[in-house]
Amino acid sequence: MSLEEPQPESTYVTDEGVDYDALESLLGAHVLGRETHLNAEAFVIRPDEVQEVLGLLKDEAGFDYLSCVTAQEYEDRYESIYHLKKYGDMTREVGVVVPVPRDDPVSQTAAPVYKTADWHEREAYDLVGIEYEGHPDLRRILLPETWQGHPLGLDYDQDKPQIVPYREHVNPIEGDYRDSDSDTMFINIGPHHPATHGVLHLKAVLDGEQVVDVDPDIGYLHRCEEQMCQQSTYRHQIMPYPDRWDYAPGGLMNEWAYARAVEDLADIDVPEYAQVIRTMGAELCRMCSHMLALGTFCLDIYGDFTAIFMYAMRDREKLQSILEDLTGQRMMFNYLRLGGVAWDLPEPREEFFEKTRDFLEDLPVATQEYHDLITSNEIFQIRTVGTGVLPPEAAKEYGATGPVARASGVDMDLRRDDPYGYYDELDWEVAVEHGCDNYSRLLVRMREVEQSAKIVEQCIDLLEEWPEEDREIQSNVPRTLKPDPDTEVYRGVEAAKGELGIYMRSDGTAKPARFKIRSPCFSNLSTLGEMAEGEYVADLIASLGSLDIILGEVDR
Amino acid sequence: MSSEKSPRQSIIDGKPAQTKTRDARMGEGADNRFNSPLREAFGTSPFILTKFDQFLNWCRGSSMFMLQFGIACCSLEMMHTYAVKHDLDRFGSGVPRASPRQADTIIIPGTVVSKFAPRMKRVYDQMAEPKFVVNMGSCAISGGPFQEGYNVVKGAEEVIPVDIHVPGCPPRPEALVYGVVKLQERIANGESSPVVVKPYELEPFGDLEQDEVVEKLTEQLDDDDLVMRYNWADSP
Repeated sequence: MSLEEPQPESTYVTDEGVDYDALESLLGAHVLGRETHLNAEAFVIRPDEVQEVLGLLKDEAGFDYLSCVTAQEYEDRYESIYHLKKYGDMTREVGVVVPVPRDDPVSQTAAPVYKTADWHEREAYDLVGIEYEGHPDLRRILLPETWQGHPLGLDYDQDKPQIVPYREHVNPIEGDYRDSDSDTMFINIGPHHPATHGVLHLKAVLDGEQVVDVDPDIGYLHRCEEQMCQQSTYRHQIMPYPDRWDYAPGGLMNEWAYARAVEDLADIDVPEYAQVIRTMGAELCRMCSHMLALGTFCLDIYGDFTAIFMYAMRDREKLQSILEDLTGQRMMFNYLRLGGVAWDLPEPREEFFEKTRDFLEDLPVATQEYHDLITSNEIFQIRTVGTGVLPPEAAKEYGATGPVARASGVDMDLRRDDPYGYYDELDWEVAVEHGCDNYSRLLVRMREVEQSAKIVEQCIDLLEEWPEEDREIQSNVPRTLKPDPDTEVYRGVEAAKGELGIYMRSDGTAKPARFKIRSPCFSNLSTLGEMAEGEYVADLIASLGSLDIILGEVDR
Repeated sequence: MSSEKSPRQSIIDGKPAQTKTRDARMGEGADNRFNSPLREAFGTSPFILTKFDQFLNWCRGSSMFMLQFGIACCSLEMMHTYAVKHDLDRFGSGVPRASPRQADTIIIPGTVVSKFAPRMKRVYDQMAEPKFVVNMGSCAISGGPFQEGYNVVKGAEEVIPVDIHVPGCPPRPEALVYGVVKLQERIANGESSPVVVKPYELEPFGDLEQDEVVEKLTEQLDDDDLVMRYNWADSP
């Protein structure tokens, strides 16, 4: 539950949850049937009534957050699933299932209702092959525009040759381009550029120093994560992949997203002791990830490898060393297991506690250093205060989550709103800022580091006093996990960048039939146009840095 | 010049060098920091005789400019290698340059996918000769954990020649340092034999052999558009 401005409870939501019968009567004749997913009920509707139904759910029932769009192909049909939630209360969920026939896969677009559907539907078109009628800009998003076939479709032949062009990009504002009366200039930023944090390509059109139009071109790191997960077994083979989505490293948080989804899917319990270890590990990762955000953001704003970057790296080294003691690896932990964790804390335990405590003790000094160097620095303030403004309404429209949403005053955090792990037993706060600008996004991250430290400290205290006979790290899980056929679940956790959701459908085998990753960076990046258009090009770079995207997670 | 004595011998047999000033500066109990093994090997001679290209190779190996080139997970460990604690600069190769025209070594830190390979090839082409490539991590070596992906190039070697492979997923910074130092040694010794396994080249669309895939794209692409053709079935 959100702590501020309690919204008047609509008739469709009661204290127990969403009143699906009331929703069904709201939608009336639009509903063709109902499906039960593990996270929520879903309504099946006609493909030409998508906008109407989603409009009703958004305006009348208050589902203002389109979390994810999953597309998949069955033997007899294609299906798009819209996972809706409320920013005010993340546990209120509803699904909208839109089946379309295989010979004519055309579905109405949801982009006019939720702006975030624009990118999600482009991805669904690209990878699965559903066409969205009325979509403003239906072209491939992850794969090159000349790609043949839709790789996550059932009859895709992976061995077919493909041709990828390398050519000059065309100015989208072509009428003005190279026109003697106009000053607009087309400029490529990336895919190899120090400020894009990886292999992102921004097609920017400038009018003098100002950005007229910016179109993020992604897919330069699309390494088929969903396909990899779909051809791996639940129990052991999938777990290493989440580490490689958000490699900042958000490792344990990503692993947790997968673990949480499967634990719901196959009904697995996790011992409390393991939950505390998970919570501690995830928060250590969050700190590590935010340190990277901090360092590279300042790199974008101040220039080359300067003090702040080195300071942030210094603290990351310490965190990675702690995480290495815990998990055995610096970045790709592969530490979580379904129903627990791989092993207990390293022996001798006192040494591990002492090392972690040492870091936590040094942290306030380090944070003060960061504040001296960054937030109270006049140059930094001039560059970031009031630039890259993302109003709360826009943040919600684009499905922004995590620090990006919280810096725009949207009070949401899955750790509190949809509690998992050990978070609801601990004392901590959600960092929310109302500035909506680049500065606020940095402040939110810095405050979150402090909150994470608070959580880790409490976890350490708990673990230290945990009775020895009670240290169960793993519950009983079948050697080969085969969840019941046709069970569907969509579950999210609060990763460093926002809501990291996993949709999974089982088909009775040991491998998921569909594995869809809802990446927070993907949605956050789609707000870039909103933030940067009309601003100076230097602020475009600053805004991009403040989004803290990791391309591995954007492209998957 | 006397015919019995070589010029070198005459220097060795000559008067001892004046070291008063140096000794005075170093003071008593001075360390031998300034007496390098080279200086000792040549005795008192202030000259080093060597071949010019050997000298140049040694210079190259001792001062490498890295391209600031991040692709995926490994680039995080690459950043750590550049930054405090590991500090690749100690070995004379830790200054990342943002422009390929100022760099002579490129580390490939991550998965190369179909959309990126032509761009990577172009970045490589833009680097000044002589240039060297370090493959960092399993993805750049073979596609790594993503090898079976529909979009993944099975190693950077299919696109550009590679000098050194550093295995790991990701390699630890120490491993990368070791790889870079090995490359420096090889360069200094003048050994370098990069291999291209199966080059995917950028070629004009019009030059491709006519087949089903090409026919489908004739409307979208012009004959002079540069394209890279992936024959996935032939990949190792």
